[in-house]
Amino acid sequence: MALKVLRAGVLSTLQDLGRWGSQRIGVPVSGAMDRYSHRLANLLVGNDETEATVEMTLVGPGFTATREVLIAVCGAEFDARVNGQPFPKARPVLVRAGSTLDFGRCRRGCRAYLAVAGGFQVDPVLGSRSTFIRGGFGGWHGRALKRGDLLPVSEPDARLFPSLHRKLSNASVQLAYPSWAATESSEWFAPGPYRIRFMVGRHWEAFAEEARAAFIGNVYRVGTNSDRQGYRLKGPGLHPRDPVEVISAAVTFGTIQIPPDGEPIVLMANRQTTGGYPRLGEVVSADLSLLAQLPPGAEVRFQVVDLATAHAASMARERDFALMREALALRAHI
Amino acid sequence: MHDSSSTRTPLGFDCARLDIFPLGDRALVIEVADEVSEASVDLVSRIDRTLAGARLSGVRDLVPAFCSLTLYYDPRLVERPGSEEENTLPFDVLRRQIEVLLQDIPADIGYARRLVEIPVCYGGDCGEDLAPLALARGMSAEEFIALHTAPTYFVGMLGFLPGFPYLGGLDPRLFCPRRATPRARVLAGSVAIGGQHSGIYPFPSPGGWHVIGRTPVVLFDLQREPISLLAMGDRVRFVSITREAYDGYAERSR
Repeated sequence: MALKVLRAGVLSTLQDLGRWGSQRIGVPVSGAMDRYSHRLANLLVGNDETEATVEMTLVGPGFTATREVLIAVCGAEFDARVNGQPFPKARPVLVRAGSTLDFGRCRRGCRAYLAVAGGFQVDPVLGSRSTFIRGGFGGWHGRALKRGDLLPVSEPDARLFPSLHRKLSNASVQLAYPSWAATESSEWFAPGPYRIRFMVGRHWEAFAEEARAAFIGNVYRVGTNSDRQGYRLKGPGLHPRDPVEVISAAVTFGTIQIPPDGEPIVLMANRQTTGGYPRLGEVVSADLSLLAQLPPGAEVRFQVVDLATAHAASMARERDFALMREALALRAHI
Repeated sequence: MHDSSSTRTPLGFDCARLDIFPLGDRALVIEVADEVSEASVDLVSRIDRTLAGARLSGVRDLVPAFCSLTLYYDPRLVERPGSEEENTLPFDVLRRQIEVLLQDIPADIGYARRLVEIPVCYGGDCGEDLAPLALARGMSAEEFIALHTAPTYFVGMLGFLPGFPYLGGLDPRLFCPRRATPRARVLAGSVAIGGQHSGIYPFPSPGGWHVIGRTPVVLFDLQREPISLLAMGDRVRFVSITREAYDGYAERSR
């Protein structure tokens, strides 16, 4: 045992990097919305980035730690406290046995990720610990966390951050964490509209010049009916020149679909495996974490890029991540 | 990008056209036809089997559909052969590998194409939309059921929900656009018609298709092998059963 749920929050689920390999039988990939923050949180407690984290949304959960755990929180800024005392994100934090860990409300961004050293001990389903609520499987019994749940945490591997853990454990203060922090992406701290890059997709040409120009030239607002499955965008409606015959096919994280009402939908982590609406394009993978942190009401502006640019942006993020991993390995062993 | 002219490709099989294009920066699509047919599904099946068997580095999922196969890749894991220039995009590396692999596809490599019979209790509580659909076509419920049970369908795609089959082969007299307002909840096992396809809801879900019946058969079960009753390319026949038979079947499988 390790974390007992005192309050569930709005939507707190276990997620990892997704359920790959079963899309051919219609099983969605699911997984963390903001993959970067999920991975970073795991990295900060010495986990493999594929371990599950708790993804919390807008109003966070509260826990009691039944044993000492090393945690890290990345992503959105919540009013996070241990025994009432605020603690910083993006660094390892030692939570002592019996402490209360509470996340309160989200102040900036939309989703935060809680990683625990050792990882949450739940059985993978079809190769993943991600929660798929509609199917009722994966993560914590296929559902969001509820008050009273007892989340088991695996014993951390002895090789992981032993000296750091020992140092924090022996610290004289009740709430111990190092003075350094990982650098998080802060692009969504600035006021919008946020730039979201995309590559044109299969049915781009089916839309008239004016519709394409309207999509690129206008500000769209994240709709209130946006969720883990898709972000609905409020702004100029888009309609194909003539009715397009769309043959249903696979879609991906970031696919921009145009349903008959003309309101673009960006498909997110919990998307269905296939779609039958015209596909305007795909948001580049490097911008998906930013989009996942935008709450309803946030403004975005779309910019067309080519595959080479999208790929370069993705690789630049990976290089940053690799550097962070190295820096952290040094820090943690001093 | 989408050349629709019909040419014999330099590939090792007949194909009206073959387009490979990106789906964002972490997936690519191989599109083989502009129209859904058993032949397009068969073509997709052969490409799917060939590429799955090749275990291309970096590819983490392959998703077949009516006229296309989509490959999801991790760009960090796509290995660039020594012959490729250093700045070659993972997409181009994969595309070239795919083009080489598709030059030689055995004809008999496609899916198993099992025939699966699915018992359905039509109309009444089980299929509320059957009566109005039959009425609109000036036919009796019996005639409608006869038209729905006559064909041997083919699974053209699984999607929407885990185990949800999109079945091709529906009689054109039964085609009908989706409901203007989707239902908030369609029961598991519901057999439905949407556009030119028939489908079966494996889970309770909101749904826009017209529900004409219900099957007691479980379509998706994680504790069973295979998990999904139906796979791409399988054949399906619907068999009309009585309400009593439905209840008896549902009772036995509980």
